[in-house]
Amino acid sequence: MHLGHTHDGPAAVSADATRPDGTRRALRIGLGGPVGSGKTATVAALCRELRDRISIAVVTNDIYTQEDAAFLLRNAVLPPERIQAVETGACPHTAIRDDISANLEAVEDLEDAVGPLDLILVESGGDNLTATFSKGLVDAQVFVIDVAGGDDIPRKGGPGVTTADLLVINKTDLAPYVGSDLQRMARDAKEQRGELPVLFTSLTSAEGVGPVADWVRAQLAAWTA
Amino acid sequence: MSRAALLVLADGRFPAGGHAHSGGAEPAVTQGRIRNADDLAAFCRGRLHTAGLTAAALAAAAAHGLDPLALDEAADARTPSPALRATARKLGRQMMRAARATWPSPELDALATARPRGAHQPVVLGLTARAAGLKSEDAAHWVAYETVSGPATAVVRLLSLDPFHATAVLARLAPELDDVAAQAAEAARRGIDALPAASAPLLDITAEAHAAWPVRLFAS
Repeated sequence: MHLGHTHDGPAAVSADATRPDGTRRALRIGLGGPVGSGKTATVAALCRELRDRISIAVVTNDIYTQEDAAFLLRNAVLPPERIQAVETGACPHTAIRDDISANLEAVEDLEDAVGPLDLILVESGGDNLTATFSKGLVDAQVFVIDVAGGDDIPRKGGPGVTTADLLVINKTDLAPYVGSDLQRMARDAKEQRGELPVLFTSLTSAEGVGPVADWVRAQLAAWTA
Repeated sequence: MSRAALLVLADGRFPAGGHAHSGGAEPAVTQGRIRNADDLAAFCRGRLHTAGLTAAALAAAAAHGLDPLALDEAADARTPSPALRATARKLGRQMMRAARATWPSPELDALATARPRGAHQPVVLGLTARAAGLKSEDAAHWVAYETVSGPATAVVRLLSLDPFHATAVLARLAPELDDVAAQAAEAARRGIDALPAASAPLLDITAEAHAAWPVRLFAS
């Protein structure tokens, strides 16, 4: 919703750090990864952990429904006006990388409607290991995989695993049941990513998202410094 | 004028949001009206000579230098479906962003300021062509092509149609694309009151229904 205030000039084109009125825009963090790895659960847990201190909004990119947005709404992690769904025409990676225009509109609309915001989480639709976010859309990106998807994923690499600013390996509680070797995953991830951080999470407990939330806080501190 | 500028703009990879839209093909596939390449050709031909001609003329008029705000009203008057009006403005806003990054111009800035939520896409497209130094007939060609290439790409995804067959459909339509572009540019030269108002009622009706579907692959 547009609140009727007028800007002197038209909106920014993409990653400009300031809004048309000269204020600093929100930090944008993208979350991508394969279907079912826990992206939406991570977004929900981050919102619960951070929302009392930080003004947050979320953009979801579903493949063919508004289901992820609906999940966040149903679980009431944020008020509905802080969650916006982007439709991706059967190609979620296109909407976050090759043609980011609909996502840029969503983040700008959220800042106009409920701003000022500190943080916007942009969640990709579940996609493949090559899906990464454009630097024109987000300032940092998190790639979420899980131990049940196979402990060879870090070894296989791909742009998501190798280049994301943070790799999250989720569902560690399932490792014994699916025969995944966490040490091997950590070793392979280190080999693929060098000094880039890797965090292991299990979101079955409320504090499970803590390390990821700490990483987000550090990104925010750097953004506002 | 640069002919290559038209290629840059009409490239399906031009980042202006079109990839998420099927141009009415998704409901036509679901309702069994597009099942193969022949059906796709018929669908594209129908869209081209109705909604396509109307949109091409609006774009040609904007490229010709007619008042974009008057053209935006003319586009509203020619778009009875509220869902398609919303889609046209959404895509217009996305086109504006790409246009201002690629061929910046004071005319684009002025329209972006006057219509921050987006002007109708064909109007923005025509103004973009103008900013790129293209002629009104180029803008009309661009719209005519987009009118059929969008549904063709969508049907490849929706039906797993052989992409060679889908591209052959577009190739067979090329002479008709030229005709429609010429008609559109001619109308634009005669002024805003001469712009065509052809429409496809079934596209309007199915667009309204599609906008209310809870599960769909494309935004329109």
